[in-house]
Amino acid sequence: MKLTIGLVTSPGTSRANKTGDWRVRRPVFLHKTCTGCLLCQLCCPEGVVYGEAKTFDCDFDYCKGCGICAQVCPVHDIEMELEGE
Amino acid sequence: MVVLSQKSASLLHMEVLEGSRAVAEVVKRCRPHVISAYPITPQTHIVENLAQMVADGELASEFVNVESEHSAASVCLGAAATGARTYTATSSQGLALMSEVLYNIAGLRLPVVLTCANRTLSAPLSIWNDHQDSLMVRDAGVIQLFAEDCQEAADMHIQAYKLAEDHRVLLPVMVAMDGFILTHTFEPVTIPTQEEVDAFLPPYQPLHYLTPKAPLSMGTWCEPDKFLEVKYMMHQAMEVALTLIPQIAEDFRRHFGRYSGGLIEEYRMDDAQTAFVAMGSLVTTIKDTVDELREEGHRVGLVKIRAYRPFPTQAVARALEGVERVAVIEKAISIGGVGILAADIKSALYGRERPMVGTFIAGLGGRDVTKDSLRWIMERLEEGATLQEFVDLNLSLIGDDEG
Ligand code: SF4
Ligand code: SF4
Repeated sequence: MKLTIGLVTSPGTSRANKTGDWRVRRPVFLHKTCTGCLLCQLCCPEGVVYGEAKTFDCDFDYCKGCGICAQVCPVHDIEMELEGE
Repeated sequence: MVVLSQKSASLLHMEVLEGSRAVAEVVKRCRPHVISAYPITPQTHIVENLAQMVADGELASEFVNVESEHSAASVCLGAAATGARTYTATSSQGLALMSEVLYNIAGLRLPVVLTCANRTLSAPLSIWNDHQDSLMVRDAGVIQLFAEDCQEAADMHIQAYKLAEDHRVLLPVMVAMDGFILTHTFEPVTIPTQEEVDAFLPPYQPLHYLTPKAPLSMGTWCEPDKFLEVKYMMHQAMEVALTLIPQIAEDFRRHFGRYSGGLIEEYRMDDAQTAFVAMGSLVTTIKDTVDELREEGHRVGLVKIRAYRPFPTQAVARALEGVERVAVIEKAISIGGVGILAADIKSALYGRERPMVGTFIAGLGGRDVTKDSLRWIMERLEEGATLQEFVDLNLSLIGDDEG
C-alpha cells in the first residue's frame, strides 16, 4: 500500500488491520456456567464476540486479548490463557 | 510605465489602519469558510474585527466561538478536513495550547492559515512581544513567515493561502507578526480589492475531503515501519515550499505591484563585512541603524529572515558569503542552550568559509531594541563577541538589595 498525503485511505481500515497479533492472553470460553447474559458480547471493545448461550466464542483475527470479556462475565465462564501455552 | 501605474493605483487604496484591522481586511478577502478563535492579547483585535464583519453580514464565514485555543485549532482542523478554507489567530499561551493540534493539522496535511501575534510566554506573566511563541512550535510542520510591517503582514496572509493550499505543499502556514508593535500600530496600508484577491487566490480545491457521499479515513494509525516515511513526506513538502515561496511572491508582485514575500531580504549587503540577521519588526530599526552606520563608513548590512520554516539554508549561506562577522539577534531564548535562530544560521554556514557568528538575546518580553542596542551589538561583535550575549542586561536588578 502506497502512503498518501495525510494518510488518507478507503474506509474499513479497522477490518483490514488485523489486531489479533497484539494478543498476549487469549479468552477461552468454557461453555459450562454461561447464562447467556450477553455481557461479554456487549463489553468487548472490538465487537468480536459472537454466538449465543454456551456457544460464545470470538474472532481471533481481531481479539486483542484485553480480557474485558473474562472480567465482566458474572459466572466466570471465560478464562484468559497465555498465548502459546 | 506598468510599474508606475500599479504604484499609483495602489496609493489610491492606501488607508491608515491598525495592523490587526489590516490583517482582518485581507483575511476577509481570502473568503475563509470557517473562522474559529479564542481571544488573547495581543491577537484579539484581528478576530474581533472578523467577528464583526460576519455579524454585519459583510463576510459569509461561519465564525465558531470556542472555549479555548485547543478547540479553535480543532475546529479549523475538522473544517479543513471537510474541504473548507479556515483561519485562526492566537498568541503566546494560546499557541502553546494549540500546539498539540498544530502537530495534527500539519500531519494531516491540512492547509489551515493562522496568525501568531507574537508574544512571550509566562512565567513571569507578560503580554509583550518576543518570538518565543512561534519558535516553540518550530518543529511541528507549520510553515512560519515573519512580517516586518503591517503591509507585509497583510500581504503575506494572501500568499499564505496560496502556499498552504498548493497540492505539493498542503501544510498549515503561520504568519508571525510582532504583538503590539505591529498588531496595534496604525500604518498606511494598501488593502487590495476583493476582485484583485479573487484574481490571485482561486477557491480552495482540496486534494481529499470528508463527505458522507464518499467516506474515507484521514490520518490513519501508523506503525513504526511507515512513520518515518510520513514525516519524510512532510519534510519534502517543506522543501517544495522553499521554491514556491519566492514564486508566489513574484506572482503576487505581478498582481499587486508589491513583492511582500520571499525567503529572505538582503539590505545593503553589497561589500558588507558585518551583517545583522533578524526577523520581524525589529528589521526596520536595523535598516535605519545600518543606514546611519554606513554613513559613518561601516561596511554593514542586514539579512532579514522572512521564511523561518522552511529555513532558507541556501539563500542564507549565499547572502552571508564573504561576510566577516554576523550578529544574529534573537527575540527568543533557549534557556540552557545557545541561540535558536543562530543555530539555523550556523548550520547554513557549516562547511563553508565561515564568518564569526555572535548570538545576541534581545527584546525579550517586550523590551525595546533601540539603535543604541544595535550599535552596542556591533561593537561587541567587532571586539570578538563570543557564544551568546544578553543585550541591555541590567545586572544591578539581580542580587541582594544591600549588595
Ligand atoms: S479479550 Fe477483549 S477483545 Fe478479546 S474477546 Fe475478550 S473483550 Fe473482546
Ligand atoms: S458474560 Fe459469561 S455468562 Fe454472560 S454470556 Fe458471556 S460467557 Fe455467558
